[in-house]
Amino acid sequence: MSAATAEPASKVELPAGSSGGAVPSFDITLRVRRYDPEVSEEVRWDDFKLTMYGTDRVLDALHKAKWEHDGSVSFRRSCAHGVCGSDAMRINGRNRLACKTLLKDLDTSKPILVEPIKGLPVEKDLIVDMEPFFQSYREIMPFLISKGHEPTKERIQSVEDRERFDDTTKCILCAACTSSCPVFWTDGQYFGPAAIVNAHRFIFDSRDDAGDMRLEILNDKEGVWRCRTTFNCSEACPRGIQVTKAIAEVKQAILARQF
Amino acid sequence: MSAAPEIRAPRSTSQTGRVAPQYLRSGGARGQFEMLAWLFMRLSGIVLVVLIFGHLFVNLLVGEGIHAIDFGFVAGKWADPFWQFWDLAMLWLAMLHGTNGVRTIINDYAERDSVRFWLKVVLYAATALIVILGTLVIFTFDPCPVIDGVRHVADYCPAP
Ligand code: HEM
Ligand code: SF4
Ligand code: FES
Repeated sequence: MSAATAEPASKVELPAGSSGGAVPSFDITLRVRRYDPEVSEEVRWDDFKLTMYGTDRVLDALHKAKWEHDGSVSFRRSCAHGVCGSDAMRINGRNRLACKTLLKDLDTSKPILVEPIKGLPVEKDLIVDMEPFFQSYREIMPFLISKGHEPTKERIQSVEDRERFDDTTKCILCAACTSSCPVFWTDGQYFGPAAIVNAHRFIFDSRDDAGDMRLEILNDKEGVWRCRTTFNCSEACPRGIQVTKAIAEVKQAILARQF
Repeated sequence: MSAAPEIRAPRSTSQTGRVAPQYLRSGGARGQFEMLAWLFMRLSGIVLVVLIFGHLFVNLLVGEGIHAIDFGFVAGKWADPFWQFWDLAMLWLAMLHGTNGVRTIINDYAERDSVRFWLKVVLYAATALIVILGTLVIFTFDPCPVIDGVRHVADYCPAP
C-alpha cells in the first residue's frame, strides 16, 4: 500500500486493515436516463436500488440493473477494462468510462446519475450514434502515409522522435472529450478534440509524410480554430491525454507552416 | 497551398448517408480567415494591454488624476496628433477585437442559422456605426467651434 498514489478519497467507510475478509457492501441508487424511441419519444429516469461491493464499478451496477432488474437497459461495453473505449457516459455530470469509475469514489448517499454522452444523437438509453464522431476521425486520415520506397525492415525511429507524439498515441476513441466540448454541443460541426488528437499523433510522427495535408484539413473553419481552450476535453479524457495541449500544438504547427 | 486529395473514407458515408445530416460539414471553408481571426485576437490583445493601461494611467493617475478630467482635458488631448492616433488605434482595435469576440460567441452559442445570421447583422451594423462615428469625432473634434459666425471661446481656446 503506498499512500502516494493520489486516488480520490473513498467516500464509503471500508474497515481499515481488513485483509482476506469479505468485501464490504453498500446500497446505492443508480438513476439511469432511459430513452427508447420504439416505445415513446419521452425520456424518463429509472431508479435502481442495488447492493454493491467496494470493488464494484459503475459498469458493474449497470450490469446488475440489466441482468437482475430490467433487461431492456441498453449500453455499450466490450473490454470492461478501460481499453476499448465503448462505455464513455456521463456519470454525475462528468464524462467517464463506466468501467473505470469505482462506485466507492462517488457520493453514494445520493442517486448516481448515468446519462449518454452529450452532443451525439441518442439511439437508445446510453447508446449514441457515434458515426459523426468517426466521420471526423476518418477525415484527418488516421493512418501512416509515407513517401518513397517501402523499407524492407521496420521504420526505425529514435526514442526522442517517438516521445514527441507519445501522449496522443494513447487515445482509445471513446469520445469522452469530443462530447464534453461545448463548441461541439452547439451544432456538431467542429472536428472535435479526438480528431485533432489523432491527427496530432501522425503530424508529429517523424515517419509520416502527410502532416501538411492534415494541417490543411484542420485549418478548416470547423477545425482547430474553433477550440476555445475550455479544457473540458483534457479533464474528460480517461487516458489522461493532455488534449488541450495537443490542440494548441496543432494550432502552432499550422501557424508555423504559414509564416 | 495544396488541397487535400480526395481519399474515400473506409466506410464512406456520403453515399450511405450514415452520418446524421445535421453533422455533415458544408465544406466551404473560408480560406485562412479563421486562422487570421485567431491570430488577430492575440496580437490585438497584446497591443490593447499597452493602449488601455496607458490610457487609464494618463487619464486617471497622472497629475491631478481623475479630478482633472473634464471637457477641456479631452479637448486638450485631442489637440495633439499623438493622442488622436492613440485613441484611434484604441477605438479600432478594441472594436474589431470585441466584434470578433462576440462573433465567436454567436458562432458558439446560436444553434439556428437564421438566428446566427441576424445576430451578426446587428453586431456588424453596431460596429460599423460606432467605428465610423468614433473616427469622425476624433478627427473633426473642434473645442472652439464657430456657430453662426459666433465664436464659442473657452479659456483654453487660442485668442481670436
Ligand atoms: C486588455 C487587453 C485585452 C487582451 C489581452 C485581450 C485578449 C483576448 C484574447 C486572447 C481573446 C481570445 C480568447 C479565445 O480565443 O478563446 C479575447 C477574446 C475576447 N475579447 Fe479580448 N482582450 C483585451 C481587451 C478586450 C476589450 C477592450 C474588449 C471589448 C471591446 C474585449 C472583448 C473580447 C471578447 C468579446 C472576446 C471573446 C470572448 C471569448 O472568445 O470567449 N477584449 N481577448
Ligand atoms: S482523447 Fe481521450 S477522451 Fe478523447 S477519444 Fe481519445 S481517449 Fe477518449
Ligand atoms: S468497456 Fe472497454 S473501455 Fe470500458
